[in-house]
Amino acid sequence: MEAFTTHTGVGVPLRRSNVDTDQIIPAVYLKRVTRTGFEDGLFAAWRNDPDFVLNQPVYANGSVLVAGPDFGTGSSREHAVWALMNYGFRVVISSRFADIFRGNSGKQGLLTAEVAQDDVELLWKVMENEPGVEITVDLVAKTISAGDLVAPFEVDDYTRWRLLEGLDDIGLTLRNEQDITEFEKSRPAYKPTSVPRSA
Amino acid sequence: MSGTLAEKVWDAHVVRRAEGEPDLLYIDLHLLHEVTSPQAFDGLRLEGRPVRRTDLTLATEDHNVPTTPGPITDPVSLTQVQTLRRNCEEFGVRIFPMGDREQGIVHVVGPQLGLTQPGMTIVCGDSHTSTHGAFGALAFGIGTSEVEHVLATQTLPLKPFKTMAINVNGALPDGVTAKDVILAVIAKIGTGGGQGYVLEYRGEAIEALSMEARMTVCNMSIEAGARAGMIAPDQVTFDYLQGRDHAPTGADWDAAVADWSALRSDDDAVFDAEVDIDASTLTPYVTWGTNPGQGLPLGASVPDPATIGDDVDKAAAQRAIDYMGLTPGMPLRDISVDTVFVGSCTNGRIEDLRTVAGILKGHKVADSVRMLVVPGSGRVQVQAEAEGLDQVFIEAGAEWRLPGCSMCLGMNPDQLAPGERSASTSNRNFEGRQGKGGRTHLVSPEVAAATAIRGTLSSPADLELVTTAGE
Repeated sequence: MEAFTTHTGVGVPLRRSNVDTDQIIPAVYLKRVTRTGFEDGLFAAWRNDPDFVLNQPVYANGSVLVAGPDFGTGSSREHAVWALMNYGFRVVISSRFADIFRGNSGKQGLLTAEVAQDDVELLWKVMENEPGVEITVDLVAKTISAGDLVAPFEVDDYTRWRLLEGLDDIGLTLRNEQDITEFEKSRPAYKPTSVPRSA
Repeated sequence: MSGTLAEKVWDAHVVRRAEGEPDLLYIDLHLLHEVTSPQAFDGLRLEGRPVRRTDLTLATEDHNVPTTPGPITDPVSLTQVQTLRRNCEEFGVRIFPMGDREQGIVHVVGPQLGLTQPGMTIVCGDSHTSTHGAFGALAFGIGTSEVEHVLATQTLPLKPFKTMAINVNGALPDGVTAKDVILAVIAKIGTGGGQGYVLEYRGEAIEALSMEARMTVCNMSIEAGARAGMIAPDQVTFDYLQGRDHAPTGADWDAAVADWSALRSDDDAVFDAEVDIDASTLTPYVTWGTNPGQGLPLGASVPDPATIGDDVDKAAAQRAIDYMGLTPGMPLRDISVDTVFVGSCTNGRIEDLRTVAGILKGHKVADSVRMLVVPGSGRVQVQAEAEGLDQVFIEAGAEWRLPGCSMCLGMNPDQLAPGERSASTSNRNFEGRQGKGGRTHLVSPEVAAATAIRGTLSSPADLELVTTAGE
């Protein structure tokens, strides 16, 4: 997982609340067998609307999504995080995230920055006054800046540490690989393996 | 220090324990199938990580495979199966593909090879992994990220589960089976009653069950919301294992049995919860609704939602009755079915097929009923055919199929049509589970066979009554 300290990119205003994971990536895309390529399913239903924010060229390179409260509710599908990241998003800003989505995001390296709803409104205004404006998200200082606006955000300390270090779950476990190797030496000899006996 | 069976197995697998962190648990066996593994392998590829212990990993094709001869025609199913084959080849994992004698439902394959043993930790990206707990293993289903984690590290970071004792005291009456026990347990504690727990099934009725019957009980632990189900290993377990392909031999066998014999909850162990069930009161159970907790004795009637006090339960019952096309007060025995499905990781083993054949022999499947018999694995198929069970099924008018998950979840072409009603030996009666609009009644193999003959939900005892009356 790529380490995250600070990120600057085009902000995308998504003026909707309760953006559920079925909207982020509809079930029909779940039949795939890869971890990549889900960007085409991101907000698939909404992208049929020519006025939808991601259909506007100025937001084509958007990487910081600013959404209404209760982002990521519904099904636990990890594909929702993959779709956002495959599209190019590194940060989602909202005043409230669904727990499972926030957990899945932290594991994959997508920063979910929680800010006061008043600040979300201010961010939306900045972006709408100047479409395509860049937003800087500083995970060290825990601040978001856009134009003259600087707003603090919340992220739990554990997730922040992992993102700063670039550690996914597996990376974390492998920091203690020596413990695993030691444990393996102590396993009883009679424990089975899947290797054919005749081989 | 005293402990429960689950705690003993857990403690023997802790690789690392640190304040404020989940325990890092070692995994003895990781089973894979085609549906939940592709993104896990892709994740390894993206990070350039190998599979740590290919020798503790085994894959089989089951969810998507057709049960009639010929190739997979559905493109999505085909892609999943081909992807698993490619991944196993690339990463060096042993796989049992379609057509291999060892291929079959993942939870049938592990035990029959002797790979599932007491005291092991076993995981698979499938909720019915609880099946393996019948051997006194701690076995549970995991998600795709966790599959990737186990592939890369052979461990999982986990918070300890709570423990619940399910004491099934006394002896089961004649004609009452493991399936009836677990349906009664789920009806009693509810589909969420086991949430966060490992269930340990104990008591005289459990000890009297065969290994395969114990697997049926543990298999459906997840239907009570539990992470896992376990039964302490005993002589029945050891006898089942001895001589199987991957079971220990010689001095290893003796060492293993010595260790396994200590795998039981201590007399003074404290469970977080206990449930008592009087086995002598149980009768054949069937479900009437759309979750596995909505079950009743076969002799009962469809409940009247108006008599249910709890508003949530009342609404759920009404919704279920509407979906199932039933009328409150209707005797369950009056419900006619269109299809009978015998198979799945719950009841697709050789003992189940012997039971069904024993009841079908000399009878015909009712004209109005289509009956599918799907062996749980290639080995079960071969054994059944060696015993002539396939001929019994065919002569009775049932279809004898190839091994796979089949109509349990309808990922392959074996599905119910909208409105079609089944009596099914599988594990889930959710809306649309066996096909869009399909209606499922969960039953034991005994009830499935009798129902196929009579066309209405029935137990073998109902057949005897008819035969006697006819004479």
